[in-house]
Amino acid sequence: MSTSRSLAPRTSPRWLWWIGAVVLIGSALSLLTGRYPSPYFTLPATLASDELARNVVLNLRLPRVLAAVMLGATLAASGTVFQMIFRNPLVDSGFLGVSQGAAFGASLAIVVLGGTALMVQICAAAFAFLGLAASYYLARRIKYGDWVLRLVLGGIAVSALYASGTGVLKYLADPLRQLPDITFWMLGGLWGITWPDVVHILPVIIPSLVIVLLMRWRLNLLSMRDETAFSLGSAPGRERLVLLVVAVASTAAVVAKAGQVAWVGLIVPHIARRLVGSDAQRALPGAMMLGGLFSLLCDDVSRTLLSGEIPLGILTSFVGAALFLGMLTRQSLQVRR
Amino acid sequence: MSQSRPVLSLDGLVFRYGETAPDVLVDVSLEIADRAVTAILGPNGSGKTTLLHLLLGLLSPQAGRILLEGRPYGGYSRREMSCLVGLVPQSERVTFDLSVFEYVLLGRAPHLGLLELPKSQDRQAALRALETIGLSALCERPVPSLSGGERQLATIARSLAQEPHILLLDEPTSHLDLKNTRRILQTLRQLGDRGQAIVFTTHDPNAAAAIADHIVLLRGGRVLAAGSTHTVLTPEYLTRTYDVEVNVVQVGGRPVVVPH
Repeated sequence: MSTSRSLAPRTSPRWLWWIGAVVLIGSALSLLTGRYPSPYFTLPATLASDELARNVVLNLRLPRVLAAVMLGATLAASGTVFQMIFRNPLVDSGFLGVSQGAAFGASLAIVVLGGTALMVQICAAAFAFLGLAASYYLARRIKYGDWVLRLVLGGIAVSALYASGTGVLKYLADPLRQLPDITFWMLGGLWGITWPDVVHILPVIIPSLVIVLLMRWRLNLLSMRDETAFSLGSAPGRERLVLLVVAVASTAAVVAKAGQVAWVGLIVPHIARRLVGSDAQRALPGAMMLGGLFSLLCDDVSRTLLSGEIPLGILTSFVGAALFLGMLTRQSLQVRR
Repeated sequence: MSQSRPVLSLDGLVFRYGETAPDVLVDVSLEIADRAVTAILGPNGSGKTTLLHLLLGLLSPQAGRILLEGRPYGGYSRREMSCLVGLVPQSERVTFDLSVFEYVLLGRAPHLGLLELPKSQDRQAALRALETIGLSALCERPVPSLSGGERQLATIARSLAQEPHILLLDEPTSHLDLKNTRRILQTLRQLGDRGQAIVFTTHDPNAAAAIADHIVLLRGGRVLAAGSTHTVLTPEYLTRTYDVEVNVVQVGGRPVVVPH
């Protein structure tokens, strides 16, 4: 059959394997990258003879590399979910009140509730959910513009409210004990990550990513209007809710550890769709791996380039915003309503 | 109303959006023939889309019931229903650049579990649907880049990939120019000739006249007339439906409605 040719290239694109391979190689090289024992790069042979260097790699760099990959994968996965479910290519957790909500919750936990790791996580998640719900509610009530614009406007308003709340908390915070913790949130970074941190977030991250991955083809259906999704046998309300809960919970979990790492969730899904196509069956795993790679590389630069650490959020914002502007002005990112 | 047995029987349907809202449909009783093309014809606001949504199972009537092959709608699961009834909505929005093939493949969802991915038999079904509609050449094109007519055809192909017993279409030609309207109507007629049961809504009497075997005239949520195209498309009925004086003339064996 003449059309059978079209079956092959679309469904098993080699890009996914290439990206996967690059993530693995990048992770391995990242373990050898850093400021100790020598700046920038350590030869594997050095590790055999230097016990301290081995310790640095296993107890500092390995959890940090894992955290960076999980952070990027989670933000990109939830970015893809938000964009598809809200049928809006211009949203991510940073635009829907989710990230700002998590930051506010964490600041609240630090200033008012004692700031234990568990409390920070719970507060971050609770206010992240509240932020999403408020953005969505506002978007439905706003009487200006179309759905794409309304949701962005609602998210901006909710994020601004949270930011002002976080401002009040910063003002109230103890400048020596609490304020540095909160400032960390605003900038984002992985310098404090240890094995227990990684272990803490795994029980949320792994099931969330597995659920999203399992439902990835279904995501295409949920990016259609309710009427269509329903006619194709879906229960769109319920299925969207499951995916949103999972996306917000996993985002809140990584944000609680890494602070505000902006733009990954917005820009990476676009790049993934450009490389492997818009079908979420491939776009979602593509975005997860690219997101992991993106935050891994940014984190490598942030801890290696200068003798002091450059906050990760600054780097991802800089690179992400530059890419975003490039795509918008070259029209490779098109927003159709 | 026809020789073949009905695939859908509607019995005393009453529907309103909310308890205190006015009735949108009042005592609608109908039989819809299997393996035939049925048009639901009426002016804007006559309840056509609501009726279609009831047939889809998206809405439930406040009174009355619908039987599908003799079994009430409540007796089918969501997934069973979606294997039997397909929908081509009035305007489909595809935000992301899915290819035509990927889009048509979504029609296989009712046949797949919640976490299942499409298999090779699903891809074959999607390709068959594309071939039936004559859209195979556009397989790789992103859906948002298609013209209005092509997009409508792609959506029809998606519903065919669903392999439904009944295909519902909501105003399939309302946004299209003359050439594309003709193309869509011809496609629907061909599907009808192959034995596909089709129900479509339209406000254009000539779209119904061109291809329908049976017509249901709807006005103000009530059935004004239902039956074969020739018995329903009369100046008397159409004038009562549209409040406009019309003539019905015969062109090439099919009726054509001409306003005075």
